[in-house]
Amino acid sequence: MNEQNKTAEQVIEDYSRRKFLGTSAAVGATLAIAPGITLLDMAQARPADQAASSKNRWGLLIDSNKCATGCDDCVSACFKENAIKEGKKETDSQWIRKIELKDMQSGRTSSLPMMCQHCAEPPCVDVCPTGASFKRADGIVLVDRHICIGCRYCMMACPYKARSFVHEELTDQNPDVPRGKGCVESCTLCVHRVDKGEQPACVEACSSSGKNAMIFGDLNDPNSEISKRIAETATTQVRADLQLNPGVRYQGI
Amino acid sequence: MRILTIQPKGLWRFALLAAMLAVGVMPPAYADGAVAPSRVPVPHIEIGKGDKCVADEEFMRKNHMKMLMHHRDETVHEGIRTTQYSLKNCIECHASKKNNSVLGSNENFCQSCHSYAAVKIDCFECHANKPKATGAFHPVVAGAGQVSGLGAAMRKEMHGDADKTLSTGAAK
Repeated sequence: MNEQNKTAEQVIEDYSRRKFLGTSAAVGATLAIAPGITLLDMAQARPADQAASSKNRWGLLIDSNKCATGCDDCVSACFKENAIKEGKKETDSQWIRKIELKDMQSGRTSSLPMMCQHCAEPPCVDVCPTGASFKRADGIVLVDRHICIGCRYCMMACPYKARSFVHEELTDQNPDVPRGKGCVESCTLCVHRVDKGEQPACVEACSSSGKNAMIFGDLNDPNSEISKRIAETATTQVRADLQLNPGVRYQGI
Repeated sequence: MRILTIQPKGLWRFALLAAMLAVGVMPPAYADGAVAPSRVPVPHIEIGKGDKCVADEEFMRKNHMKMLMHHRDETVHEGIRTTQYSLKNCIECHASKKNNSVLGSNENFCQSCHSYAAVKIDCFECHANKPKATGAFHPVVAGAGQVSGLGAAMRKEMHGDADKTLSTGAAK
């Protein structure tokens, strides 16, 4: 799909179709909008037999102005969804953590969740000696535990300290989220939910607590809520100087 | 209880059936090891819900590992989540009705053959050996019916927990 080749009418029609499809339960099929132009509706789950596509780039926008100090709904939702039951020792897995920032001059504090930033140029992927650390076509950075040898090089490479190593044997995993001893792991952007057309657990928890500090969506779709917000408000990528182009953006920091 | 046995010829089944009819009593379903009419011991496999497999049984016995291997790469790297050859789907059907797992004893679906053939299974070091939980069986994982995230009650429950120290407050 080439956005630049569309006429204004096509874009409008395109948008209204998207809105229509967003409310219908129709399966995301490829629609012919005009000869040679097709639209894959991103709001719907892709069919199970279809591979993730680089037409999407999943990302998060986190508004730290709405994120309350002391609230850890996103963290508990993540632990619950991914059946992370440890989290008591310093070495235990932690896919998302709350961070409090303070500007020393003004004294202004802000609170934000920090997790894998799903970089477009992920250093963890660069350094991985086995190819276990990889970026999916739709921008989600994952660890293939079948290939991971647990060397933890990626943990050192990650500027966001987003990855954890599983030191002990685990039981009672979520069938959708296999995890085990000897592998590095991190936020998967709830890839098992995203593949079903759902939102990550942290985002859902944040909105059900009424704070709505997190938005999940497709950064490649100019009509998605996240893209519109990024287009109209000032947002920050953490450590933008590293030019990793993270898929997670912050507002108000 | 359906017992599946690996045996090229079905002759012994006849013998067993005849014996059962003659005695008029069910033999213990988990009598260990060898089945009398055969010279070779065969594994006892509890197929769980079982019924019709996603492919021919003979084919699956020989090739399930290849199917799983192929599917795992597609799922992890490309996000293809068809159910036919997914490990999750196997477990859904083949978890024992006794302990809701494919592991546990030498009758459980995966363990039975693997211990018989002395082939180590690595899958379950990471993968759940139980089907997706209902709230009752597995309180940690969200129930199947719970779609819209954490309910207020659940949040309260989690917040009241001693695990509050989990992750808040880590300073940058």
